[in-house]
Amino acid sequence: MAVSAEQRIILDARGSFCPGPLMELIRGIKQSKVGEVLEVWSSDQGSRKDIPFWIQKAGHQLVEVVEEPGYSRFIVKKLR
Amino acid sequence: MKKVVILGGGVGGTIVANLLAKKLRRDEAEIILVDKTGKHVYQPGFVYVAFEKLRSAKLVREERKLLRKRVKLVVGEAARIDPEGRKVHLADGSVLDYDRLVVALGARLTPDELPGYVEAAHHFYSAEAAEKLRTALETFPGGKVVVGVASVPYKCPPAPAEAACQLDYYFTRKGMRNKVDIHFLSPLSRVFPLENVNGAVEGTFKAHGIRSTIFFNVESIDAVAKTVTSIEGETVPYDLLIMVPPHRGAKAVEDSGLGDRGGWLPTDKHSLRTKAHEDIFALGDCTDVPVSKSGAAAHFQAKVVAESVVADLRGQPSTATYDGHVMCYCDAGYHKGISMSFDYEHPPVPPKLNLKDWLGKRFLNRAYWVLVPAGRV
Repeated sequence: MAVSAEQRIILDARGSFCPGPLMELIRGIKQSKVGEVLEVWSSDQGSRKDIPFWIQKAGHQLVEVVEEPGYSRFIVKKLR
Repeated sequence: MKKVVILGGGVGGTIVANLLAKKLRRDEAEIILVDKTGKHVYQPGFVYVAFEKLRSAKLVREERKLLRKRVKLVVGEAARIDPEGRKVHLADGSVLDYDRLVVALGARLTPDELPGYVEAAHHFYSAEAAEKLRTALETFPGGKVVVGVASVPYKCPPAPAEAACQLDYYFTRKGMRNKVDIHFLSPLSRVFPLENVNGAVEGTFKAHGIRSTIFFNVESIDAVAKTVTSIEGETVPYDLLIMVPPHRGAKAVEDSGLGDRGGWLPTDKHSLRTKAHEDIFALGDCTDVPVSKSGAAAHFQAKVVAESVVADLRGQPSTATYDGHVMCYCDAGYHKGISMSFDYEHPPVPPKLNLKDWLGKRFLNRAYWVLVPAGRV
């Protein structure tokens, strides 16, 4: 788990197939504090459905999805 | 003479040792396998210890008897790896030098990591636990059985769904299925990790009255109130809890500072060389390779590792690569099973429950000892 300049927790799950990136996010959320912002990077298409679905169910906030060449960055705030 | 040291006498380590003994001339290298117990355990059989009457002793053989004669077996615990000095320190203080190291130490069960787990949960990931579960099932008067996983990743991704099906079959045979409510908790967005297989598993659950809740990642267990609570905010009651325990990577890997946050050893998914050290290979459950933690994955990886070690020792370029191949059988009860085969590029073909795959699993349970450790298949 690396922390960027903006103190975001970066979870790089590129190259990992679904449900790998979601599993990384779940682990990251478990280990972080309320209010912290996490970014999970995924190159798997399945994440576009799975990750927002889980964030909604778990009661956190999907701040933004940023499309990068070959992968997506899901920016998530832990709310509870 | 050059030395290859293999840590771990499970599926992966044993096959690598035997293939190296077959491929390398005696004067080319000494092959040493280090195993903590000197016993080889067929873990897929644990489910039958819990749900049938299989004796766990039937799942254990002497590692020495499965190894080719020229493989030197050291019964001892690898405590620390020193990649710079190319040495492995054992718990008894002895030290082994190596030219190539193969880490096949498997995953570690860490039940203490989840509050309430030890007091409350049953599982079938060790012989002792499977026997304890069998007793609990034999005396279960009826009520709610909850099946789930404590955390991801864990060994054998289909095992929890297989256990739910086995529970249904077990209580049906006992004539008390109507007294038992089976509730399956999945940490993911579906009941089965692989999308293409999920339909078959969901269909089976529906046909057999197995309830399921998705996105249930366990936060804590209250052993007194008999409830499980998820990080998603749901609480589920149980009378009998069957839960795959938390897993971590190998202790020696963690203690050597070589593991990631979960203790898994960062390993190139194609070459199976560790990312930090070219002369250390890793395979099976102890790695962070993005495939199922299963004997089948270790089995296919072992061939790649053995070929690459031989090439290295002979000063040849190593060309063997692992394509992510995994193949496994699941026993759904009622003499029906499914099989799935997939790799990094090809997801499994959606399977259907059938007798052939059930027979395949039963055959493998027996043929394993003859075919697999020796590297014959």
